[in-house]
Amino acid sequence: MFAINEAPIDVVRLHRGLEADGAGAVVSFEGRVRNYNDGRAVNGLSYQAYTELAEAEGRRIVEEAHAKFAVERVICVHRVGDLAPGDIAVWAGVSAGHRAAAFDACRYVIDEVKARVPIWKREHYVEGASEWLHP
Amino acid sequence: MKYRLLYFASLCDAAGRAEEQVASDARDVGALYAELAARHGFTFTPDRLRVAVNGAFTDWNYRLADNDEVVFLPPVSGG
Repeated sequence: MFAINEAPIDVVRLHRGLEADGAGAVVSFEGRVRNYNDGRAVNGLSYQAYTELAEAEGRRIVEEAHAKFAVERVICVHRVGDLAPGDIAVWAGVSAGHRAAAFDACRYVIDEVKARVPIWKREHYVEGASEWLHP
Repeated sequence: MKYRLLYFASLCDAAGRAEEQVASDARDVGALYAELAARHGFTFTPDRLRVAVNGAFTDWNYRLADNDEVVFLPPVSGG
């Protein structure tokens, strides 16, 4: 499951979605807003998504994780809108029979989402400026 | 032909709008981007962008049809 979320990410609810009788291992990753980047103090991020394509590409990544790794459940959710330091921007969770597949699949999902899914962040700096990041 | 454009992130800022309808003689996405880059002052070269038509990724040689929805995607920065 992959989704773009306007509301804050509910980690407890997402974790319940990973439950499976064969799941001996659960790994999750939280990407959070940091109060600095590249030496500049940051007081917030705004995320924008091309939602239709982001959800399609995100679902493809989840399907790829199922095909590549021996996993039970794979869930990833990405926020859009205005976030403050400490807020969760992206959450990826995987359950699997064993820990190696869970770690590997979780890493795969977050890396691919960051590289491929059409989502952009705008950094707001403490000194007042803001800019879109286009690495 | 008429196309619907969606703009995101810095392309949205440069165009001053999130979407627009354009009438254009461009028949492929490469020609359409050149036209819009000149109009709006987009500074990305095509090799920095991806292209989507009607909600799916495609390539720069894609032959456009009337009323296609076209999106030029700047480098992503999710996560």
